[in-house]
Parts: sequence; C-alpha cells; structure tokens
Amino acid sequence: MADASSQIARTVPTRRPGRLSEFWRYFRENRGAVMGLYVFAVFAFVAVFADLIAPYDPTAQFRQHVLQPPFWQAGGSWQFPLGTDPLGRDMLSRLIHGARFSFFVGIVVVVVAATGGVIMGLLAGFAPKWLDTLIMRLMDIILAFPTLLLALVLVAILGPSLINAMIAIALVLQPHYVRLTRASVINERTKDYVTSAKVAGAGLPRLMFVTVLPNCLAPIIVQAALSFSTAILDAAALGFLGMGAQPPTPEWGTMLAEAREFILRAWWVVTFPGLAILVTVLAINLMGDGLRDALDPKLKRS
Amino acid sequence: MNAPVVIAEDLGRDYEVGGGMFSRPQTVRAVAGASFTLAPGKTLAIVGESGCGKSTLARMITLIEEPTSGRLTIDGIEATPDRWAELRTHVQIVFQDPYGSLNLRQRVGAILEEPLKINRRDMSAKERQEKAREMMRLVGLREEHYDRYPHMFSGGQRQRIAVARALMLEPKLLVLDEPVSALDLSIQSQILNLLIDLQERLQLAYLFISHDLSVVKHIADDVVVMYLGRPVEAGPKDEVFAAPRHPYTKALLSATPSADPALRKQRIKLQGELPSPLAVPPGCPFAPRCWKTQEKCRAERPWLEGEPHPAACFFPEN
Repeated sequence: MADASSQIARTVPTRRPGRLSEFWRYFRENRGAVMGLYVFAVFAFVAVFADLIAPYDPTAQFRQHVLQPPFWQAGGSWQFPLGTDPLGRDMLSRLIHGARFSFFVGIVVVVVAATGGVIMGLLAGFAPKWLDTLIMRLMDIILAFPTLLLALVLVAILGPSLINAMIAIALVLQPHYVRLTRASVINERTKDYVTSAKVAGAGLPRLMFVTVLPNCLAPIIVQAALSFSTAILDAAALGFLGMGAQPPTPEWGTMLAEAREFILRAWWVVTFPGLAILVTVLAINLMGDGLRDALDPKLKRS
Repeated sequence: MNAPVVIAEDLGRDYEVGGGMFSRPQTVRAVAGASFTLAPGKTLAIVGESGCGKSTLARMITLIEEPTSGRLTIDGIEATPDRWAELRTHVQIVFQDPYGSLNLRQRVGAILEEPLKINRRDMSAKERQEKAREMMRLVGLREEHYDRYPHMFSGGQRQRIAVARALMLEPKLLVLDEPVSALDLSIQSQILNLLIDLQERLQLAYLFISHDLSVVKHIADDVVVMYLGRPVEAGPKDEVFAAPRHPYTKALLSATPSADPALRKQRIKLQGELPSPLAVPPGCPFAPRCWKTQEKCRAERPWLEGEPHPAACFFPEN
C-alpha cells in the first residue's frame, strides 16, 4: 500500500518531539515549578559536594567564637558568614552538611516507601478480593494514625537514630503509594491493551510490571516528589523531638532542637536551620505541582 | 472442505450480579445456546444490537472467559482452561477501539514483538524484528513507523497495528470485535479491504462481530443474528440477507440505511425496549417487540430450526 502519502512523508523528514522535550515544554509553563527545580538543583549540588563547599568541618568547635552573630550584625565577621552556634561551630558549614542528611533522608525514604508501596498496590490491584481487602484495610489502619505520632512510636520502639527515623517515615508514607497504585491499576486493568496482552499469553508478573505499571507511573512520580518534602519535614520534626538524628549530627531538625534555648539571645541559631527546611520543602512542593501538571494528560493542552 | 477451525456447541455464559451482603446474587445469561462452525478462509459474522452478548461470545472464543456451559473446540482440540495456554497462539483478537487496545508506553516495534517474546522463546531478537517489519509491510505500515509510539498514529493506522499484532503469532482464527465501528467511513473500507486481502493470503478464519449490516454484507460468508444472548437466525449471508426468516432479522435489515427512497418506506419500526437480561420473558425473548406475536410466543421458547436456514421463530417469514 505505497500510496501518495508515503511519498510525501519520505520527502519531508518529520522529527517529532521526544517525550522528554514535550514534558519540559509543559513543565516550563509553570514558573514556580521551574524556580523550585532550580532551588532543588542547588540543594542537590550542595548535598553532593558538601565536603568541598563547606568552609569548616561541621563538628569543629571554635571556643573563642561562641555564638558569634552573622557578618552583617555588630560583632559578626566574614570568618563565620552565618555566625556560630553555642559550641562555636560554624553555622554555614553545619547547614551545608545538613543538606546532605536531608537529601539522604528524602531519597532513601522515597525509594523504600515507593518500592514497597507500588509492589503492594500492584498486588492489591491484581489479587483476589480477600487479599485486596486485607492489604487495603491494613493500609487504612496505618493511615488512621497521625503520621508523626506513629513515626514517633516506631522510633521509640526501634531506638532513636536517623536510620530508624527513616524506616519509620517510610512505613508511614507507604499507604499513600499503595492506594495510588491500586487505584490506577484497577482503572488500567480493564482496558483493551491489557486484555490484548493476556491474549498474547502474558503471565501475571509480565502483566503487572511490563504492561500495567508503566501506565500508572505518572501519579506515582508526582507523589514521590511531594513525599520527598514530607520525608524531610518529618525527619526534621523527629530530630527536633530528639527521636531522629542525634547530636552532634548537623541535621536541620536536630540543630533546631539544640538551639531552642538560645532563641531570644541568638536568633540566627534557630532561624537559619528553619529557613533551610522551609525553602527546601517549598521548592520541592512547587516542583511537584509542576510535575503533576506536566505529567497529567488530562491537563495537557494539545 | 477443510476441517473447521472452530466448533462451538451450545456455548453459554452466565454472570452473577449483585449479591451484596443482604441480597442473593442474580444470574444473567449473557450468552446461551450459541452453536456454529467456522472453516479456514471463511468469515462468520455475529450480528445484533448492543448488549446482546456479541462481545461476551468473542471473549469466550478468544479464551479470555470460560464458558459456563457448552463445548468449544478450536483446531480439533477441546478448549478447556487447562489447555488455553497451548491454544493461545491459534486465536487472536482485534478490538473495537484502536485507542485503547495499544499500550501507549510501548513503541510499535515492541507492541508487535511482545507476542513473539512471550510465546517463541527460542527466537532471537533479530528474527523477531525481521518478522515485525515483515508484518508491518503486510498490513501497509511503513518501515519508519517501527520506532514510533501509538499516539503518533491516526485511528486507521492504529487499527493496522492492532491487526499486525494479532497476526504475529500466525493464528488460524482472528476474532474481530467491531474492528471498524470506531473508524471513519473512508478508513473503514481501507481496513475491511486489508482484512479481506489478509484472509485470502493467509487462509484466516474470521469471527466478525458487528452491528453494522452493510459492513457484514461486504465481508461475511455466514451470518448469525443474536438477540438477548441467543442466536435467533443463522445461515449463509446471501440467504439471510435476501430472505430473512426471523422477524427480528427482518427489522434489523430494514433499518439499514439505503440510498433508494422507495425502499426506505418499508422500514419496520420496533416498539418497546430490549427486555432486561435479568428477567427474560419465558417465551420467545423477542415476543414483546414483535408484530406477529401470538399466545404461543409468550408461553414457549422457539428453537433454532427449519429450512432453508434455521431461525428461532414459530411463525417465520416465508
């Protein structure tokens, strides 16, 4: 059937935009999302190269410079641009190294929660009704607890440390992934292309992971981006309550907790870690919103 | 004549619906008493209005759903669920909606090669690719389409991809579930001609499901008319179209758009609605809408019988 249309197509080589460039086109429309992306990129860069960027070791104590204010205030100096904490440690170096911990927490928690959640969601979506009900009720029970409280209880059982805090947060965030995945799976499962794969002889594992899962990924990616910030926030909260990273780890939440008593005397020791958390979480949330807009086909204008 | 590819004997499928905590489930007979044989290179059309069980029948023949009664024999082997796996490659299906039947995350090449990947483990990647490209040529797709995604194609091209995928395993029977109803009229004829062409070349048997009689007239050898899950008339296309015996077939045929204004006047307008499949009347299911209904029709169910071709009616036409 080599008709006229095939000849036209041959003379005009059509270079269609790839999926990535199309995604970028939609993402770029949301200014806030792009700003969030830039801030996130800086955050990631700082986290990766903390050793090279930070002027001092985060635990090095300069006893003659205890509670020195930032450089623009009287008594401050460029030696410690953001001042020092009650033990004379450089705030800037501690914040930079704190980014590393927050990034680490975010990545690990999202990977653990998303992997577990997606597999459970796929299982629930494909399983017979009793198993589906079992999984979903279990998730409902986890969701019924206030997240921070449940994480707190888990950490109290496991013992306070950053790793345990991450396990607890991952467990608490998991049900969201399970529900999201299950909903998309049930929606996709009835579509013709799944039946078509079945007729082609695809077994259950292939149907689950090769046929259906790639078509459910968009909302999961968005959820992953948004729960990255939730994880950072929860880790900071647990750190603040003394249940997360332990001193002298320069984790932002832990830093806040340590400096609590100096809030009136030295504003910078609490303000900067708080600001760091705020800016990072805000940037990631903005980016997540942009991701959702760009990945959701229903919002796409063609 | 060759041995038939499909023999369906009295196929039926029930569904249980409702049945919550406080109510007993009710049984819906989606299909009952469907019997036919289909020889290689022939086309059997299943005709009927929406909800008459055509697609359920298609799913049973395609081995997606197990019949609750009757026997299905494919290529001489009785198709029971434990033998589905080996019969898979004999029966393939093309769906109505080419926008839903292709996986949007796969490239055309991957879509075509997936059936081979699953069923022909010994085939090398290169052989698979060669076969996929050959199939693309066969259905009229171009070489450069291999690396594209389905969303870059029009409906007609997508349906070509769907046909190509169905043919990758060299099936003997192709179930076509309203393959052209979602397409433009001009594209419809392209796809139909492609199907006819492929049938001649590959000696395929088609089970063609449709509600569009003009399409059926074009492509079918035999016709089965279904009403409320049961075949009401079956026979060679020419006979059924020229001399319908069941009143429902007659009404259906008269509803086909015609270019001749003189013919248009004879259109039979059916009264009433399709009865609920949950409460099928005891007699002839068509009785509430038929213009020839008599006492007997409401009391007894007519069977598919008679000459020159069988029809399920006590008072058949001619």
